[in-house]
Amino acid sequence: MMAAQENILQVKGVTKRFGGLIAVNNVTFDLPRGQILGLIGPNGAGKTTLFNVINGVYAPTEGHVIFKGTDISGWQPYDVVKLGLARTHQIVRPLNDLTVLENVMAGACYGHEHHSLKEAQGIADEVLGFVNLSERRDMLAGSLNVAQKKRLEMARALASRPYLLLLDEVLAGLNPTEIAEMVQVVLKIREQGVTILIIEHVMHALMNVSDRVIVLDYGQLIAEGSPEEIANDPKVIEAYLGDPDLAKRLMENADGD
Amino acid sequence: MNSWKYPAFWIALLLVVIGGLLPVITGSNVLRENIFLIMLSVALASSLNILLGYAGYVSFGHIVFFGVGGYIGFYLMAVQNWSLWLAVPAGGLVAAILAWLLGLAILRLRGAYFALATIGVNEAVRTFINNFGPLGGPIGLEVNFSIYQQYGGAATMQWTTYWLAFILTIAAIVLSYAVKFSRFGLGLMAIREDEDAAMVMGVRTPNAKTMAYILSAIIPGMMGVIFFFRNSSVEPHSAFRLTRSIEMIVMVMLGGQGTVQGPLVGAALYEAIRSFLLTSPLFKDLQLAFAGLLLLLIILFVPSGVIGWLRGRYRKLWRVLE
Ligand SMILES: Nc1ncnc2c1ncn2[C@@H]1O[C@H](COP(=O)(O)OP(=O)(O)O)[C@@H](O)[C@H]1O
Ligand SMILES: [Mg+2]
Repeated sequence: MMAAQENILQVKGVTKRFGGLIAVNNVTFDLPRGQILGLIGPNGAGKTTLFNVINGVYAPTEGHVIFKGTDISGWQPYDVVKLGLARTHQIVRPLNDLTVLENVMAGACYGHEHHSLKEAQGIADEVLGFVNLSERRDMLAGSLNVAQKKRLEMARALASRPYLLLLDEVLAGLNPTEIAEMVQVVLKIREQGVTILIIEHVMHALMNVSDRVIVLDYGQLIAEGSPEEIANDPKVIEAYLGDPDLAKRLMENADGD
Repeated sequence: MNSWKYPAFWIALLLVVIGGLLPVITGSNVLRENIFLIMLSVALASSLNILLGYAGYVSFGHIVFFGVGGYIGFYLMAVQNWSLWLAVPAGGLVAAILAWLLGLAILRLRGAYFALATIGVNEAVRTFINNFGPLGGPIGLEVNFSIYQQYGGAATMQWTTYWLAFILTIAAIVLSYAVKFSRFGLGLMAIREDEDAAMVMGVRTPNAKTMAYILSAIIPGMMGVIFFFRNSSVEPHSAFRLTRSIEMIVMVMLGGQGTVQGPLVGAALYEAIRSFLLTSPLFKDLQLAFAGLLLLLIILFVPSGVIGWLRGRYRKLWRVLE
C-alpha cells in the first residue's frame, strides 16, 4: 500500500452510454483517502449515473473503477459494498414496510462486515444515534418525512461500515436548520476516517465541507480544484449559465465564506 | 434474536397442535380427513409465504412442487418399491432441486414476468408428464391396496400419513418463523421492499431468492408424496391443478402475506368458506371464480390480510400476532 496520499478511489476514463445518450463521458479523477470530494454539475450532467457506475448499479461502457487497489468495474453492487464502498440514493429508497431499525440492521448485516442480527442491532442503534434518528427507531420507514428518510439513507449506508461513502444530494429538499444538522453529520463521518464523495446542489454547504471539487457538464469533467478555484472558474460559470441564479449563488457564497 | 420468546410463535404452534389432535379426541374419521386437508393447505400456504410474503415474488404455479414431489415419490413407491419413509424425503429433495434449477432460469424475472413464467413452468411440467410413458402418461400411476399392508393396513396408514402431515405442518410453521426472524429473512424482506436497494445494501439477491424458492418448495414436495400415497393414485390433472396454485395465493393473502400466522389463519378460513360453499350446488362449479373474487376483494380492501390488518390496528398485539 502507498503512504498517506493513497487514492482510495480511482476513476479511469469512465464512459456510460444509454443507447445513443452519453451520460458519462471519459471521466477520470482520483480521490485520496480521508478527503471530502464534492461533485457538482447542472441537472442531467451525469452525476448520479457516475455514482451508479462506481457502486456497480451499472457496468461502465468503457473505463475502469479502482477501489482500494481492486478493479471493481462491472462488479455487482452487493460485491462492491462488501469491499467497503457504500452510497445513498438521491431519490430515497426506504424499505417502507420495515421499521427504521430493521432498515439500518439490514445495512449492517449485509454491508462491509458480516454481522448477525444481534450484532447488527447494536450497530444500528449506534448509527441511528449518530444521525439523530433514535426516537424513530420503531416506526415504519415509510412513515418518515423526507428529511428523516434522507437521514435513514445515510444511517443505512453508514451501518455497512464503509471506507468510502457516496452521498447523492443528501441536503436537497431540507430546510436551513436541517441542512446545518446534516452538514455536521457529514463532517463527523469524515472525522471517523471515512472518505466521502458528495454530490450537492446546495452550493454554500458543499463549498464549506469539500476539500476539493470536481465539475461535470454533459457527462464530461470540465473542472477540478479547490472550492475557491471552482467558484471562480469561467468554465464552471458558463456551465451554469442555463441557470444564472445558480451561477450567482455559487460566486457569492464562495466569495463570502 | 430472542424471537422464540414471542407468544406469536407459540400461539401458531398451539393452534396447529390443537387442530391436529381434534380428530383423536373426537375419534371422527370424517373430521380427520377434513383436518388433513386443512393441514395440507396450511403447509402449502406457509411454504409459499416464504417466497410470496417474505421475498415478494408471486409464484402462480407453486403447485408444481407438490405435483412433482408427489409424482416422483409415488413412482418410487409404486414402481421401485421404496418405502414411504424414503419416498417422502425424496419428494422434498426433487422439489428442492427443481426449485433450484428453475430459480436459475426465472428468478431474474421480476413482477408479472416471474408470475407468468411460473404458470408456464407448471403447464410445461404437466404436459411433459402427460406425455411421459414411464410415469403413466395421461392416466398416471396407481398402487394396489395391498401396498398398505406393510403400513399396517389401509386404516392404520390413514393415521400414519395423517401424523406425517401433522409433523410437516408444524415444520412449515417453524421454518416460516425461523426464516422470518433470521438475517436471511431480513435480506428477503429487503428484496421484497426494494430489490435494487437491497442489492446496493449488500444482499446477494440471486442467492437469497434461490434459497427462498428452494425453501418454499421442499415441504410442498413432501406433502405431495403423502397426499397421493393416501389417494392411491396420481395423475397429471390432479397433481398440477392451477386452481390449487391460485387458492394457495388466496390463502396467503387472506391471512396476511409476510406474517407467520397469516397463512395458517388464511388456509383455515379459506377451507372453512370453501367447504361451506361446496355444500351448495350453485357454488360447486364456481370455486375458481369464487377464489378469484375473494382475491380481488382482499387486494382491494385488506391488502395486508387478516393478521396484517389486526397488526396495523392494534400495535400492542405485535408480539402476539406475527
Ligand atoms: N437508466 C437510464 N436510462 C437512460 N437514460 C438515463 C438513465 N439514467 C440516467 N439517464 C440519463 O442520463 C443523463 C444523466 O442523468 P443523471 O446521472 O441522473 O444526472 P444528474 O444526477 O447529474 O442530474 C440524463 O440525461 C438522464 O436522463
Ligand atoms: Mg442526480
